[in-house]
Amino acid sequence: MRRLVLALALLSFSAPAFAVNPDEMLKDPAQEHRARELGKDLRCLVCQNQSIDDSDADLAKDLRVIVRERIAKGDSDDQVRKFVVDRYGDYVLLKPPFKASTLALWLGPVALFVGALAVIVGFYRRRRTAEAAPPPPLSVEEQKRLDKLLKESER
Amino acid sequence: MIAEIGHFALVLAMCVALVQAIVPLIGAKRGNAAWMGVSGPASSLQFLFIAVAFGALTNAYVTSDFSVMNVAQNSHTDKPMLYKVAGVWGNHEGSLLLWITILSLFGFAVTLFGRNLPPGLKARALAVQAMIAVGFLAFILITSNPFARLEPPPVNGQGLNPMLQDPGLAFHPPFLYLGYVGFSMAFSFAIAALLEGRVDAAWARWVRPWTLAAWIFLTSGIILGSWWAYYTLGWGGWWYWDPVENASFMPWLAGTALLHSAIVVEKRDALKSWTILLAIVTFGLSLLGTFLVRSGVLTSVHAFATDPARGVFVLLLLCLAVGGSLTLYAVRAPSMKMGGLFSPISREGALLLNNVLMATGAATVLLGTLYPLIADALNLGKVSVGPPFFNAVFLPLMAPMVLVMAAAPMLSWKRGDLAGVLGRLKFVAALAVAAAMAVWFLQGGSAGPWWTGAGFALAVWLGLGTLLDFAERIGLFARPSQALGRAARLPNSAWGMLLAHFGLAVFIVGLTASSAWTTEHIQSQKMGETIMVGGFGITLKAVDEVPGPNYTASRATFEISKDGKVIDVMQPEKRQYRQPPRPTTTAAIRSGLLGDLYVVIGDADAKGGYVTRLYFNPCIPWLWAGGALLVLGGLISLADRRHRVGAPARAAGAKA
Amino acid sequence: MRRLLTLLPVAIFAVLALFFLKGLTLNPRDIPSVLIDRPVPEMNLAPLPGRGEASGLSTDNLKGRVSLVNIYGSWCISCVQEHPYLMEIKKRGDVVIQAIDWRDDPVLGAAWLKKNGDPYERVGVDPPPGRTAVDFGVTGAPESFIVDKAGVIRYKHVGPINPELWAKTLLPIIRELEKK
Repeated sequence: MRRLVLALALLSFSAPAFAVNPDEMLKDPAQEHRARELGKDLRCLVCQNQSIDDSDADLAKDLRVIVRERIAKGDSDDQVRKFVVDRYGDYVLLKPPFKASTLALWLGPVALFVGALAVIVGFYRRRRTAEAAPPPPLSVEEQKRLDKLLKESER
Repeated sequence: MIAEIGHFALVLAMCVALVQAIVPLIGAKRGNAAWMGVSGPASSLQFLFIAVAFGALTNAYVTSDFSVMNVAQNSHTDKPMLYKVAGVWGNHEGSLLLWITILSLFGFAVTLFGRNLPPGLKARALAVQAMIAVGFLAFILITSNPFARLEPPPVNGQGLNPMLQDPGLAFHPPFLYLGYVGFSMAFSFAIAALLEGRVDAAWARWVRPWTLAAWIFLTSGIILGSWWAYYTLGWGGWWYWDPVENASFMPWLAGTALLHSAIVVEKRDALKSWTILLAIVTFGLSLLGTFLVRSGVLTSVHAFATDPARGVFVLLLLCLAVGGSLTLYAVRAPSMKMGGLFSPISREGALLLNNVLMATGAATVLLGTLYPLIADALNLGKVSVGPPFFNAVFLPLMAPMVLVMAAAPMLSWKRGDLAGVLGRLKFVAALAVAAAMAVWFLQGGSAGPWWTGAGFALAVWLGLGTLLDFAERIGLFARPSQALGRAARLPNSAWGMLLAHFGLAVFIVGLTASSAWTTEHIQSQKMGETIMVGGFGITLKAVDEVPGPNYTASRATFEISKDGKVIDVMQPEKRQYRQPPRPTTTAAIRSGLLGDLYVVIGDADAKGGYVTRLYFNPCIPWLWAGGALLVLGGLISLADRRHRVGAPARAAGAKA
Repeated sequence: MRRLLTLLPVAIFAVLALFFLKGLTLNPRDIPSVLIDRPVPEMNLAPLPGRGEASGLSTDNLKGRVSLVNIYGSWCISCVQEHPYLMEIKKRGDVVIQAIDWRDDPVLGAAWLKKNGDPYERVGVDPPPGRTAVDFGVTGAPESFIVDKAGVIRYKHVGPINPELWAKTLLPIIRELEKK
């Protein structure tokens, strides 16, 4: 649904994603594949919310070319990522690194899930005690009705 | 003149809504039938006035009245009529007007269909609806008047973004809004129940159809939007975890949970407090989406032109509606009596577990969506949270939910026999494992991603598990001769559930296959050159200039061949619009059971060829089929007799 | 316990609402540079045609005095808006301005300076894919960096420079660095 949804009066709605062009691509398919995968994890800095792999902005194109240069020179994926992060910061990583400032992001879902499970367990515990507790004594009126019913059944 | 009538109608609607928000509430408090009775006519009148306003704006668009600023900024005389009409909601002001029109339509529907609603509940629910209407009418009138005039009027308008000039615009936003706003019904009923201090099976039976209707609309809206994105954007993607997409997905998750927990309230008189909370949260998330889209606090590829004043206003509305109702919840919920008892291993137990998983999923999406804002506000630096995060965190959370989904409908209420159910499912489990292994083998082991096996196993488990449940319900194995008759007598709600669950299984197949095995060929293709994609030969035959109503298109003609025989012709276009001058792509798609051939034409290049992008997207039609089954299941369930007949009168003194 | 649990949703919402309120005052598009307090990237950029053989820009040219490095291009619309003020800065002699002609045809870049005035001491050409600009962490033009005497980047401004910004923010930083 990218770019559309209720997205209606958009400011910088760029042309359709004509991102990766044939002239940028690496000869070696394995290297090109790595470049594509890396590109999907790197945020285009001048776009609204796209990766460099699917942005047609000039800067995204430059970064695609530079990423490919690094790969061709023999950089590992992590080295390429570090190269870009050294220049643009963690902001370019669409998958934020696991560190102090993103602890809440990465552990939050786990904490939420454990917390929710704890609430359910508590819920069942409370219910069990409620079930196990003796029922409240009958009121005078109820006792009278019961006696009457019992008498009727005796008859 | 007509624009002024529209503006005036909005003011009148606001006055009516104010009366509707106050008088019935006092009437319900005092037990005054006449005051409570105001809610019905008031909601009809409010709808009438808002419909007039909506009609006035539509008229301005249809007649291209450029003295109305909104029309001048977003329309053009050359635009085809469909987009003139759809253009009404293709902008901030107009889309808000659509929002409020739908809101009042729902209120009007309560008056139409709610004749045998308990008068107190009806009066309170409609009063809450009116409060929401007052808030949004004030928002429109104060910050976003669609009827503002322009002096002097321009000769022609600025036109609509060409990307939005698509039938998708005509259907996607209205469906989405019908979903968002539809959840306001569950919200209003929940608030009314909190005010009354009672929630019972009759309440749930009232809330369910409204929630179900909203859910059907929202599901359709999201699927239509994904489809629209898929065919217009020219790269074969359909979901990007953009904040605005998440804004529609979070209420969907919460609404799906609500749909299921309301069943427990109806059948077993349990989970009442939780269901009320979900009703508030679901609508709250819909409102939150409005805030995120219109305030500019997050970066999104969508996003309306933002204005801080609007942001403050929506935040204020959000605080009043959500903050207020959650406070009411905190005050009233503890005094709600506990309902029916059940063991963790029971249908209620399974529904509760899946509710929690879905709520956790929604909370995860919320956390990921808001984290850039949170980190920035706490000076932790700028962070981006994109698709790799959501895929890594959200999808694993949903896997156990799918596991439970297959078994849950087979468990009995109150206390279930898990060992027995798993025993019945053992062949299904074996087939799921076999499917995983087969997929692993077919994709060439680690040549494909590791999770494809898991995805297919889950799909087989859920799909076959649902079929098994169906077979058992109609006694296919026990008494095959009567199975057909029993199938015909199966209640609509059961049919709906089975279809929807099966639809999700189909959807998972599409999701897994299309994410894992898409093949893409980007190249400079010369005239007459053939490229092999997914077993098809694709030959570029021609590129022609073709005029459109308000654009010029370069239309390519590709010949598609299979085993040397030409089987089809595909014609993707690249369009250049005149006003505003922007290019768009229209992909040509050839769907089959196994997947889509997806062909995009680009610019001519220096080497005398054209840049072409050719994709084979496996199992994409399964996504749409799965989505359609979800919607169909919802519709069939909505047609259940019990919903049509309406809730029976509450049992006397059935306080809960 | 149950009472506390029912309070939880409204408490969470209150926290979120505070974040939203704060969020309205923040700009999500405003990305701080990670190059602050780091040495200027290694570069050795060719000169613009017609500006003399030795007028290119290299790392060593940014050492020994405080300088302003301006990123521009003949295609850049906001640069036209900022340019007259750069001319004024040059006339006043506030600080020496160096430039990188980014993603540009050098012929067009030189012609643009002829037309709009040339406030720069040295101009280095950084053709696509703009390796030096990427080393600087540039996201668009115009952008300006303040570099201290040791050749370390001390400040980055994104967008056109205007008189108010210059007087209130940039010039005080430059004066402070010159004292060191």
